[in-house]
Amino acid sequence: MGSFEEIARALIVGNHVRVRELTEIALKEGTDPQEIIYKGLIPGINVVGEKFRNNEYYVPQVLLAARAMYAGMDLVRPLIAKLGARYLGRVVIGTAQGDLHDIGKNLVAMMLEGTGFEVINLGSDVSPERFTEEARDKKAQIVGISALMTTTMPGMARTVEALKAAGIRDQVKVMIGGAPVTQLYADEIGADGYARDATAAVAKAKELLSLV
Amino acid sequence: MAEGFLERLKSEVLVCDGAMGTMLQARGLTGGACPELWNKNHPERVQEVHRAYFAAGCNMVETNTFGGNRLKLKGYGLEKDVADLNYLGARLAREVCPPGCFVCGSVGPTGHFLEPLGDVSREEIYDVFKEQILALAEGGADVICIETMMDTEEAAIAVRVAKENTDLPVIATMTFELDRNGYRTMMGIDPVTAARRLTEAGADVIGCNCVNGPEIALGVLQEMKPVTDRYLMAQPNAGLPQLIKGETVFELGPEVYAQKYPVLLEVRPHIVGGCCGTTPEHLAFVVKLVKGINS
Repeated sequence: MGSFEEIARALIVGNHVRVRELTEIALKEGTDPQEIIYKGLIPGINVVGEKFRNNEYYVPQVLLAARAMYAGMDLVRPLIAKLGARYLGRVVIGTAQGDLHDIGKNLVAMMLEGTGFEVINLGSDVSPERFTEEARDKKAQIVGISALMTTTMPGMARTVEALKAAGIRDQVKVMIGGAPVTQLYADEIGADGYARDATAAVAKAKELLSLV
Repeated sequence: MAEGFLERLKSEVLVCDGAMGTMLQARGLTGGACPELWNKNHPERVQEVHRAYFAAGCNMVETNTFGGNRLKLKGYGLEKDVADLNYLGARLAREVCPPGCFVCGSVGPTGHFLEPLGDVSREEIYDVFKEQILALAEGGADVICIETMMDTEEAAIAVRVAKENTDLPVIATMTFELDRNGYRTMMGIDPVTAARRLTEAGADVIGCNCVNGPEIALGVLQEMKPVTDRYLMAQPNAGLPQLIKGETVFELGPEVYAQKYPVLLEVRPHIVGGCCGTTPEHLAFVVKLVKGINS
């Protein structure tokens, strides 16, 4: 269908007005809201992720595309909630305790959301206790933690410990990322996955939940 | 004093200091704490770092005020302390600054995006920088050093603030990574665009800092040099940090850093120094290399 492609195209160029219009039209025509996400918004945001990874896009283009994606998502989401949500999984995400750098984390949240995950964004400077509480209360399948500084990375290890202490470590997968974070560090603290960027994070989240 | 600074750059290469943040972390600053608050609570430790850099032979040090703007300090509930923390930061460096050396007031990015991309207007960013820069000038800074910028517009506003509200010389440096397009900031800005914009905004010294090693710094300055008539500055990191057994370790120790550094001097920068992960030991090597050029 042409309109899905058009939605994707408008999203890729960051035209939030156009995405909202096209989504409204599609809904008025009786299009299934889930299809708008899976055939329009997701393919669009996937292209954005690829372009970012290939250095065709930088942060400004991604932020504009994110705004466009949410312009469509905000219209569609309430309708899906009414129908009974069918998400790929639920992710609780935030930056490590003491870390106020949230640009990367927000890109990951946006990509996950665009891909069909339900994302509960806890913001920045999230304590291990808060990660644990939210993961338990919201029955999350994934806890995602980001850090930009080596000095805040230990908050990731403490979160893994807090999940263990709460007895829910085996119910959630822990994913970590951020400029100084490595696979080696993920192994060291017993995290389930590491991703170097937002695109990799989506692939890793799917892998951890055996969705690929 | 301020005029002396630019005058000196005509005839010699000056050495700026190395890292402050990682030096404070080695003295007990934890990940979640506000570095600028140490200007008030641990002034002796901040001064110890400045002294160590002067003792290593650096001609100038940067104040511990990198994140001292209202928008960043708000994250710590310290938005009311902007003037105090910046004034103190400048005073601390001033008190230990030997004759013939300089105090650079450090001004980092706000961490917010300008409208329409983000939620902060140009007028608001101007006010945010003005509050910080005025306090640095009042505290005795000789130079304003706007650094680690990723957005040329934010950097240009900071330069304008310094030029319109103080008589101090202004340094403006940005941080670049090498990707498949070449050198780019996180916002996708290349060194030529950055150099042109910072020159036009009125910066006296332009360049790069917080880049991954001397070779990247060289690459950036080589691209900037043909399109600007300003002095050039570079402050590369000691490579990338890694957390090894709970300790932050940077790739390049002082000796390796020193081995990699001479290539950067080939482009004849007017000010060189270090950034994250560098120590007075790293800078002592840089001082030695620069002495070879100045003599």
